[in-house]
This record gives sequence, C-alpha cells and structure tokens, in this order.
Amino acid sequence: MSAAPARLPTPLILSAPAALLFGALILTPLVLTALLSFNEFEHATGRTHGFTVAHYASVLSDSYYLEIFLRTFRVAALATAICVVIGVPEAYILSRMRNPWRSVFLLVVLAPLLVSVVVRAFGWSMLLGPEGPVNAALMALGFGRMRLLYSEGTVIVALVHVMLPFMVIPVWTSLQKLDPAVEQAALSFGASRATAIVRVVAPQILPGILSGSLIVFGLSASAFAIPGLLGGRRLKMVATIVYDQYLSDLNWPMGAAVAVLLLAANLIVMLTYHRVVEGHYRRRLG
Amino acid sequence: MTRNGPIALIFHSLVVLFMLAPLAIVCLVAFTPENTLSLPTRGLSLRWFEAVFRHPDFVQSFWNSLWLALLSATLAVVLAVPAALAITRWEFRGRGFLNALFLSPLIIPHLVLGVAMLRLFALVGATGSFGWLVAAHIVIVTPYVMRLLIAAITGFDRSVEQAAYSLGASEATVFRRVTLPMILPGVTGGWLIAFINSFDELTMSIFITSPSTVTLPVRMYMYATESIDPMMAAVSAIIVGITAVAVLLLDRVYGLDRILVGQH
Repeated sequence: MSAAPARLPTPLILSAPAALLFGALILTPLVLTALLSFNEFEHATGRTHGFTVAHYASVLSDSYYLEIFLRTFRVAALATAICVVIGVPEAYILSRMRNPWRSVFLLVVLAPLLVSVVVRAFGWSMLLGPEGPVNAALMALGFGRMRLLYSEGTVIVALVHVMLPFMVIPVWTSLQKLDPAVEQAALSFGASRATAIVRVVAPQILPGILSGSLIVFGLSASAFAIPGLLGGRRLKMVATIVYDQYLSDLNWPMGAAVAVLLLAANLIVMLTYHRVVEGHYRRRLG
Repeated sequence: MTRNGPIALIFHSLVVLFMLAPLAIVCLVAFTPENTLSLPTRGLSLRWFEAVFRHPDFVQSFWNSLWLALLSATLAVVLAVPAALAITRWEFRGRGFLNALFLSPLIIPHLVLGVAMLRLFALVGATGSFGWLVAAHIVIVTPYVMRLLIAAITGFDRSVEQAAYSLGASEATVFRRVTLPMILPGVTGGWLIAFINSFDELTMSIFITSPSTVTLPVRMYMYATESIDPMMAAVSAIIVGITAVAVLLLDRVYGLDRILVGQH
C-alpha cells in the first residue's frame, strides 16, 4: 500500500536557477573576455574593435611581459617548494599529536585561511618594515637595518603564509587514511625512524603533497593582493599587471589577453592535477 | 602511539609563530597611542578604533560588505540546495557538466573572474551596481555551499524519507520536516563559510565595485597602497575579531576541521 516516493518533475528544474546564474555570470563573461582579447585597441580614443592577435604576440615576445611571467613563475615555484618543506612535516607532526592539542593546533594553522588576505599582507608589511620587530631583531644581532619590503623575498614569505593551509590540508587528509600499524611494523622490523618515514609514510602521502603543490602553485601564480601590497610599484607580477592594464592604462584588450593566458595556464595545472591524482588512485586500486 | 620528539616540537612552535605573528602584530599595533605604526609600549589606547568609526568611507564600506555577505550567502544557499539535491539524487544528461560548472569558480582565478565580469557589466551598463555585485558574489561563494551540501545529502539515510512518504506525507512536508532538518548542519556551515568568503573577497571585487559600493577589503587595499597609519591596523583588528567570531560559530555548528579538511 505504500506510495512510491513521488518524483519531482525533473532535476533540471531544481538546478535551473543556479545554472542560469552561472551561465550568465561565468560562461558569458569568460567568452566575452576571450573575444575582447582579440580586439584592436586605439590608444587615442580607447575604442576597441576589429580582430588582431597583436596582444598575444606582444605578450609572448615583449621582454617586459616575459620578465613578469618568468618572475611570477619563479615566485610561485619557490613559494610552493617552501610550502612543501614546511607544510608536509607540520602536517605529520600535527597528525601525531593527541587531542586536544591536535584540534587546537590544527585550528591555529588552518584558521588564518579565513582572515582577509589584505589583513595578512598588512601584518607582514609591519613585521618586515624598517621599524618592525624583524629588523629590530636583526639590529640586535648586529646585522644592521635591512630593506626587506618590496622585494621578491617578502612576497614569497607572505605567499607561503597565505598558502600553507592549502598544503597542510591535503597532506593531513592523506595522513588520516594511513594505517599507523604499517609504520609500527616497519619500526618493529628494525627500520630506523628516518627509513620508516621515507620508505613507508612518504610514498603513501605523495598524492596529498602533489595535490597541495598544484593548488598552491595555481593560487600563488594568480595572487593579487600580496604582490600588490608587498611588491611595491617595481615588482610586478601577472595579476598586478592585469590590474594596471584594466584600471590605469585602460587597455582592456591587452589586459584580457594576459588574463586569458593566466586562466589557460591555471586550467592546465588543475587538469594535470586531476589526471595525476586520479591516475594514482586507479593504479592503487588496479 | 609514537610521540613527537623535541626537534619536531621546536619546528612546530616555529610554524605556529610564523602563522600567528602577522595577525598578532596587527592586533597589538591597533591599540597604539602613537601617531605612527608602532607597538604600544606606553600604554594602550582606543583612539584608532575611534578614528575608524569616525571615518565615513570605512563605515560605509563596512556596511556594504556586511550587506553583500549576508545577501550573497543567503541567496547562494537558496540556489544551492535544490541544485545540490538534483546533482546528488538524479542521473541525468548534463549532470557532470552542471557539477563542474557549479564548482568552476574554485579553479578560475578571481582576477580572471573580476575582469570578465567587468566586461559583462560594462556591456550591459551595470557597472557599479550593487545588485550585480551581489550576483557576482553569489557565484563565487556557491561552490563552498555546494561542497558541504553534496557531502550532507550523500551522507544521509534515505529510508527516513521513504518512511515519511509511506506514512502519507506530501513531498513538501517531507522536504520541510525530514530532508531539510537532516542537511541543516551542511546548510548553516555552508552559509557561514560563504559569508566569510564574500566578506573577505578582494581580487574580484576590486574590478567591479564603484565608489558607492566599495567593500571593506577593497577600501583597505586602496588605503594601504596610499597611506599607512594605525587606523589600518585598527580596521584589520576588527576584521580579525569578526573572523574569529565566525570561526568559533562555524566550529560549533559544523566543525572547522570538517569544513576545511573536508571528507571527500
């Protein structure tokens, strides 16, 4: 006698409002921007029209843009490497803590993620400023005052601070799946602590490290606030150059071309990540 | 159970110091009585907090951000609940595409979204409109809501719904009395994380706000690139405070580790 659960007309009706909004505000603007990047730009009038690949050609051949792309790549790669070096051991240490410390410190390491990036950039500019505590410590140690702000180093340090949670999270997740008995077994068979970590733990958390690295790299390469506030006027990165093209030079087609290249690079990184991680799981299952 | 050795604990302390130092210094400097950015060595003062509340631009931006975050988080939940139900409970053509579309703002840099929306808004003559700004924020916070909702919906026992149907409940009743209460932690957790993300968003908003709709992070960015005085520290301290409250709430209703670390 029980009535079969009645079906709503169609799942498409349920998802239609969100789908329409996303179509209008994600797909349409992206297509428009891709088209805009092929428009000619008249410096005198600011009008855009016609078809040209000149913006891409100049981005890919002009040494000014190449330098910015290279710098962005270098900064993002270094920030990623440092995140691995700090984040992986930290996640491992956290996973070996007992509660309540484990929850408390997980919160301490991850919660800064939710504080506005402008606040964190501002914090670093004070820490590393000429009158800041880092310089005071350097003076006390006899190194003298150093100019730390507006350098690649500062941008990297602040990026590491912003991105570290993105590395800890996936590594932590893969550590949770790990059976501690396996590490114990290695130790009881006479393996040293180091051997157990390198031969037993590391291979199992490798997908976590890899996925963290790609997320950190992608986000660092497109970061805007950190280079904008800590890189100063000289130290341009891809995101700040797009901002300049749009809001200072008003050369939208040029800015659009850089943005399209940034998006393409990001998508390649993210799709590679999917491939690699899924491939890894398939091999483990198969 | 193995324990962490002394080297591990020293390393851990340094990481914690590294993570907290920039936030701690912002909160300390906010209480300085001096005119320059300096640690309050000669007593504490609230003068810079007072200065923030007297600064009409910051006050207006704060209200803009608050309304923007409240509206976009709420509307994102309203849109995401039916969409998440559709995606998790039905097999249909285009399901994979829709799922990817709803999560896509997570992998498109906000900078790219910002310039793309600026182009669209310029073409339809909506530059600087608050309504379109809300719509743009809904789009970027919906993925966070979707992820929690999909986890909540997949994780629950449908036999309870079946029982309600077999006792003669209508679809609307089942949704209101059974489904919604069971996914409620996902809904509130999603709302809070959406609120925080919208309230903090800078990179996209900087392209699509006008002088009257400037949000707090955009205002702070502009202010910090021009002049730096302790008022900036006071605003930052207020934001750290608001975020801390939101984080504690989030931890209460959903569990912060569950939200950030995720289970899928």
